[in-house]
Formats: sequence, structure tokens, C-alpha cells
Amino acid sequence: MNTLTEPTDLGPARRAGEVIMDVQNISLAFGGVKALTDISFDVREHEIRAIIGPNGAGKSSMLNCINGVYQPQQGAITFRGQHFRHMNSRQVAEMGIARTFQNLALFKGMSVLDNIMSGRNLKIKSNLFLQALRIGPAEREEIRHREYVERIIDFLEIQAYRKTAVGQMPYGLQKRVDLGRALAMEPQVLLLDEPMAGMNMEEKQDMCRFILDVNEEFGTTVVLIEHDMGVVMDISDRVVVLDYGKKIGDGTPDEVRKNPEVIRAYLGTSH
Amino acid sequence: MGFFLEATLGGLMTGMLYSLVALGFVLIYKASGVFNFAQGAMVLFAALAMARFSEWFPQLLGLDSKVLGNLLAMAGAMLLMVAVAWLIERLVLGKLVNQEGITLLMATLGITYFLDGFGQTLFGSEIYKIDIGLPKDPIFLLQGMFEGGVLVNKEDLYAAVIAASLVISLSLFFQYTSTGRALRAVADDHQAAQSIGIPLSRIWVIVWSVAGFVALVAGMIWGSKLGVQFSLSLVALKALPVVILGGLTSVPGAIIGGLIIGVGEKLSEVFLGPALGGGIEIWFGYVLVLLVLLVRPQGLFGEKIIDRV
Repeated sequence: MNTLTEPTDLGPARRAGEVIMDVQNISLAFGGVKALTDISFDVREHEIRAIIGPNGAGKSSMLNCINGVYQPQQGAITFRGQHFRHMNSRQVAEMGIARTFQNLALFKGMSVLDNIMSGRNLKIKSNLFLQALRIGPAEREEIRHREYVERIIDFLEIQAYRKTAVGQMPYGLQKRVDLGRALAMEPQVLLLDEPMAGMNMEEKQDMCRFILDVNEEFGTTVVLIEHDMGVVMDISDRVVVLDYGKKIGDGTPDEVRKNPEVIRAYLGTSH
Repeated sequence: MGFFLEATLGGLMTGMLYSLVALGFVLIYKASGVFNFAQGAMVLFAALAMARFSEWFPQLLGLDSKVLGNLLAMAGAMLLMVAVAWLIERLVLGKLVNQEGITLLMATLGITYFLDGFGQTLFGSEIYKIDIGLPKDPIFLLQGMFEGGVLVNKEDLYAAVIAASLVISLSLFFQYTSTGRALRAVADDHQAAQSIGIPLSRIWVIVWSVAGFVALVAGMIWGSKLGVQFSLSLVALKALPVVILGGLTSVPGAIIGGLIIGVGEKLSEVFLGPALGGGIEIWFGYVLVLLVLLVRPQGLFGEKIIDRV
């Protein structure tokens, strides 16, 4: 894996840096069912790191461990040298880790603007009473955040839907709003849970472009999980492959593609 | 015609007060999915605190001004309601995150009895007065159009104005502030709200405090009309059909539901009462709700739940 300190052949703008997240020997079980067994991998700054695997491989469980939704029974995750066992999602968010959801967890009754604005929540400093009375600083702060959110809306090309209630939008666009809300947190690490699930080819290409742009323009580290191998191989710097809760491969897309165990997991043994 | 208008207006004003209590239910249900059975007990608790504080504070501080005394008492009662909200989150709801709705409902039932009892232990169980200076004399409107005009109780009119402005400012707060946005976000999806760093426990304390504030205002108005006593906590039973009628998740629903039931029960009492032998006001709301639920199970304005099969 020492090839990763130099730019990969995927794009000159990639600049993988230091390890910022280190996942060590994570095991997670629900009752008697083992979801993850002894998983370790690391994530470098500014890279796009994919976790792939067939359905039920434990990808979402892995993401949920990083996000603080699940507490693994064994192992540890360090982020910028800080351990985070026993953290809930909110504390993880405060550390600069944002996520999107596989089954869209948008605030359906709210407009696109409000959804993305709610991503600024942690950045809002003025207190309740100033907000209620709309006095000077609170008002100025709201305007500043609104400007930032407008940039995200432009970036994701959803200007026309600003005031539309999210629940009424097409699926592919809702996925963009989900991404926008996460971006509004100005995260250091962006966790994407199957960003391409259920999309048609055109929507997938759009989403790939957004992910690459986020990564290049803001230098955001991206950890994404996906079971569709094709798309992921094109945009990722390094790939972890899970199967039945165990890690069966780790490396650049090319290395992973040649790995016999990965081929077996995806295609079966006799081929 | 003048008589009809009079009854309608009277109904609208009572309805506004129902809305106020119903609003407390809706606020908490929306933000935490808890059907707060304790809303009525909170009204009683807040009203008791208000009544006693407005007696005690001027005595303690040697104040003469009634306005100042009332303001201080109101601030004191509000602080108490915030403390109650905080304790409820800390000791009860915070421990029951992700539990079934029925568990949470039972917990609020427990809170109801606790608040009923604790309030009367702290503040006494007699009938107390709240005198916030609402004028008691009636006024006559539209005297040019009808003979004798339309009689309106000034106190009711003031109360309706207070209730309406409270409802409006609350909806503005929810719609246009970042905290309001966070509240709506939590109401929509707990998990996602946490993932963008919204602290659930803080939001719940805020919501319960707002519901406490609404309870305080409702308690003050009802209390100044009828006196503060145990039966005040039964106001909740009047607001229950309002909430169901309007839909549990809709703030405008709570308001319109309150008005419909307020007007409906007054008019039916006046016009059907003689034929049915009176007492219609007591059951009117519930019967109306049953009829509406046959047609719209989610209430008039509630979110329609569509399940994927």
C-alpha cells in the first residue's frame, strides 16, 4: 500500500496525506449475530476511501460504528489521534464527521433550503432569545449561513428547488439534498452510505461528479460504501472489501480487482 | 341573527383557549413523538404557581404595585416550568429514548399524577385566584345593526387576543429561527438530526419549556376566569378531542380544531340543547371527533401516513 503516498493514476489533483482515521480491530455483534469481525483499516486525509461488499457484508454496520450509531464491542476508532469509543452521533458530528443515509433521512416536511440550513446547526452561535427577537447579531449570522448554503445549492445545481418541500422531489435530487445537508457542516470527513443506490445511470454519473468535485475543491476526505463495484472503482483511491463481516481485501482498485477472494465473493467460486 | 352571532363569538373565544391547551400537546408530540398526557397537569401546576407566587412575592418584597407583582410571579412560574421541563428530560424521557410510544404515554401518565399531587403539596389545595387585571365588564358590538347589539365578554375578548398572538409568535419562531428549524428537524427524523449535530436532549428541554410556557398562559387565562383549583387539570380532557380533530402533528390543526369545537359546542348547546335536554357541551367534541375519524383517520390536518407494503 505504499503506492498511496504518491499521487495515484486516477487524477493529478488527488493528494492523499496523513492517516486521519484509524479503525482498529472492530468487532460488532447483535445478540448472537456477528455483524463485523476484527475489521481494521485506515483513512488518509483528502482521499476517497470506499468500503464495498455484497449485500449483508456489514458495510452499513461499519459506517454506523464510525458514525457513533452503534458501539462496537471490541476495537477502537481514532480520529486525528482522538479515540472515540462511547460517542453518540452528535459528538461525532461535532468532531467534523458528516454523513448521508442510504434510505434518505431528510426532513421531509421542510424545504430544500431549510434542510441544508439545518446542517449549519453546529455553527450557529447566537442564543435562543436573540434568534427569537431577530436582533442584530443573530440576524447577521443567519444571513452569513444563508450565503454559505446558497453556494452549496449552486454547487449541487438545485437552485430551482430551493423552496420545494423535499418529500415532493424526485429521488435522485433528494440524494443531492442529503449530500448538501452534510456539506453544510463543512465536515473534514464525509461518510456516504450508498450514495448511488437506486439511481439510474445518468444520476449515478452526476453523483460521481459531485463526490469528485467535493473531494477536489474542498479537500474533504470521503468514506463511501457501495455494493455496485463498477462506479466505485472509478472514483476511489483505495478500497476495503468486506464479506460476511470480515475484511477480505484492501488496496487500490486495481489490486482489489485482481484479488481472488474478492472475485470469489462477488462472482462465486466456480467461474 | 344577533343571538346567533353572539353564540358564535362566544364559541370562538372558548375555542381559542382550547387551542392553547391543544397546542401544548402538538408541540411535544411533533418534537418527540410523545403524546403528553401531562399537559393538563402542567396547566394546573403552572396556574397554581402563578396564583401563589403573585400572593407571596409582593408580601416578601413589600411591593405595592400589582402589575409588578404579577410580572414577577409570571417570571417565577416560568422558571419553575423550565425546571420541570429539564427534570422531565433528565429523569424520565432521557432514559426512555427509542422506547415504544405506549411506554412513553404511560410515563407521561405518571408525570400527570406526580405534578397534580406535587403541585398541591407545594402550593396548597384550596381554590386560589389569579387576578391579572382582565376587565370583567361586557361590551356591546354592532349596536347599529341589531337591536341591543351583540354582547361580548371583554375578558374573553382579551383572552382570545392573548391566545392568538401567542399562537402566531410561536409559529413564527418555529418557521424563522434556527432553533425552530432544529425543532422541526428533530420532529421529522431523530437519527438524521443527531447526525448533523443537533443535541436531542437540549431540544427536548426547549420543547417542554415552550409547552410549559403555553400551559402557564392557558392556566393564567382559565385561572383568572374560573379560579385555580384541581379541576383545571381536566381542561386537558377538553383539549383532547381538539388535538385528535386537528391532527396530532399540525399546529394550525390545533388552532382550527379548537375553534371548530368551541363554536360547535356553543351552537349545538344553544340550538339543539332544548330538544336534547342540554349538557351537549360535555360530549359534543368527542362525538364530532368520532365522526371525523371515520372519514379522515389522521385528523383534519394531520400527516397522512402511507406505508410501503
